Amino acid sequence: MLTQTEAPTLGENTVRVEDVQLDITLDQLKKLVSPRALTGETMLMNMGPQHPSTHGVLRLLLELDGETIVNCIPDIGYLHTGIEKTAEGKTYLKAIPLTDRTDYLAPMSNNLAFCGTVEKLVGIEVPLRAQYLRVILMELTRMNSHLVWLGTHALDIGAMSVFLYCMREREMILDIYEAVSGARMMSSYIRPGGLWRDVPNVFFDLVQRVLDVFPRRLLEYEKLLTHNPMWKERTVGIGKISAQDAIAWGMTGPCLRGSGVNYDVRKAYPYSSYDHFEFSVPVGSNGDVYDRYLCRMEEFNQSLKIIRQALKNLPAGPVMTDDRKVAPPPKHEIAYSMESLIHHFKLWTEGFKAPEGEVYFAVESGKGEYGVLLSGDGTSKPRRVHFRAPSFHNLQPLNELARGHMLADIVAIIGSIDIVLGDVDR
Amino acid sequence: MKQDELAQSLKAALGGLVEDVVFFRDEVTLVVPREHIIEVLTYLRDAQGFDMLTDETCVDYYPREPRFGILYQLNSLSRLIRLRVKVMLSEHDPTIRSAVSVYRNANWLEREIYDLFGIHFEGHPNLRRILLPADYQGHPLRKEVPVTVEENAFSFNRARIDAQKPYATE
Repeated sequence: MLTQTEAPTLGENTVRVEDVQLDITLDQLKKLVSPRALTGETMLMNMGPQHPSTHGVLRLLLELDGETIVNCIPDIGYLHTGIEKTAEGKTYLKAIPLTDRTDYLAPMSNNLAFCGTVEKLVGIEVPLRAQYLRVILMELTRMNSHLVWLGTHALDIGAMSVFLYCMREREMILDIYEAVSGARMMSSYIRPGGLWRDVPNVFFDLVQRVLDVFPRRLLEYEKLLTHNPMWKERTVGIGKISAQDAIAWGMTGPCLRGSGVNYDVRKAYPYSSYDHFEFSVPVGSNGDVYDRYLCRMEEFNQSLKIIRQALKNLPAGPVMTDDRKVAPPPKHEIAYSMESLIHHFKLWTEGFKAPEGEVYFAVESGKGEYGVLLSGDGTSKPRRVHFRAPSFHNLQPLNELARGHMLADIVAIIGSIDIVLGDVDR
Repeated sequence: MKQDELAQSLKAALGGLVEDVVFFRDEVTLVVPREHIIEVLTYLRDAQGFDMLTDETCVDYYPREPRFGILYQLNSLSRLIRLRVKVMLSEHDPTIRSAVSVYRNANWLEREIYDLFGIHFEGHPNLRRILLPADYQGHPLRKEVPVTVEENAFSFNRARIDAQKPYATE
């Protein structure tokens, strides 16, 4: 580390600070780091974007005093794919596959958030069977998302075997995705008005397998981690945030509930008949990495509880609205009905028209409140789609969470806020 | 009706600060002139309990004038109500005061709006591009930027082939 007194004499080949092409100007950098960085007292270090513990392509500019973090400045945008702009050029139906690719670990939640917004804007009623099946799929998606979180979070901290177990369990859920939609990750199964098709018979066997096997496996994870002194050493008291701060930063999901705020979109603004089910929302108290971990672990149990209830009370009936203006007619109807053929043709060429106006609709995805702000302009394509990505909002206070902790704790904190960079950058 | 009462009470409390109250699909939107936005947001946060800024984004209403609409999606965790505040901005002067002093998480959201729409936020602590590279020209979510540019994959039109492939002139 250089201090001012030891600064070397500038030779001919020395690169001056003002000659370097930076993404930001020196004045802007001065606002982000402490004055000590400019004298060389603290060290500026780059982490990422290609770092396994940043869960994707996140770049961090770290200001370190020895091994203590003074400032941690996230730099995002490496995975920006312009999904919101692309959606403006697509009809409402054709925009659904784009939503899979925002938070690619919880595709069904994104599908539901987008389709729910379209349903709200157009005014579509969804049959009860479709609502219950959506709930089952949403909870499986939450488990899917949490399993990847648990595996990678534990791997970051040094517990390798948990990662392998989590990927094994995730396979069961991906099999269910494959059975219902044909795709293991980019499902696009939920459509405005209901579901693409009814679930196949094997779906119930596959879900039953998850219900039978998973509680036992969950106990194994708890045995490995929850009371493990090494795990607690790395997580208790790390990355603390108070309830007021978490609300002010717009954090949602387990990150907010870990700080003791009882806010869950499923309870606060029930959608897809979540008010028919009995479940509780786990809430932490300290707002540290360990409490966020405990919240998510309990959410596994609550998800299983909801799935059991939904399977037990699953009503019979159609899974798609019979409004032919938004839902395609069944194949056999096209063969003899002229109107059905016209509807089919119009839906796939033009799409359905949505009225002028703005709506907001949110679901509780595994990471927090996943909302869609949609502005319709009276045509079959949206004027503007904005995804309120939970990862984007949960990542923003990273500097506050990490300040004062050790360099090694930053991977524990990033793991505990559970970001997906596809969701952050969209 | 919860939302109806909310709209009435806010209209009465804010009086002249609100231009219009839009009621659509059970959602209330307050349309606020841009001079008063910080006052209105501060009032809603402190007196009405809208403690969380869920989302802030911009909509381009081209070819209408005023062209840009800034939407603030607010949420009250204690009362469990949502509310939207909207400010219309002219194409010729797309400038508004930053809401960072009221809601901290507006920081990145406003950087994103600046990046994608070119709206300028006065008093923002760190207004620079967030998603796009620093040397990017233009603001891609504006309507004048085409959604997609499709290259013709195959064509019998000689002129089009020539335009795309200079070596095909022979």
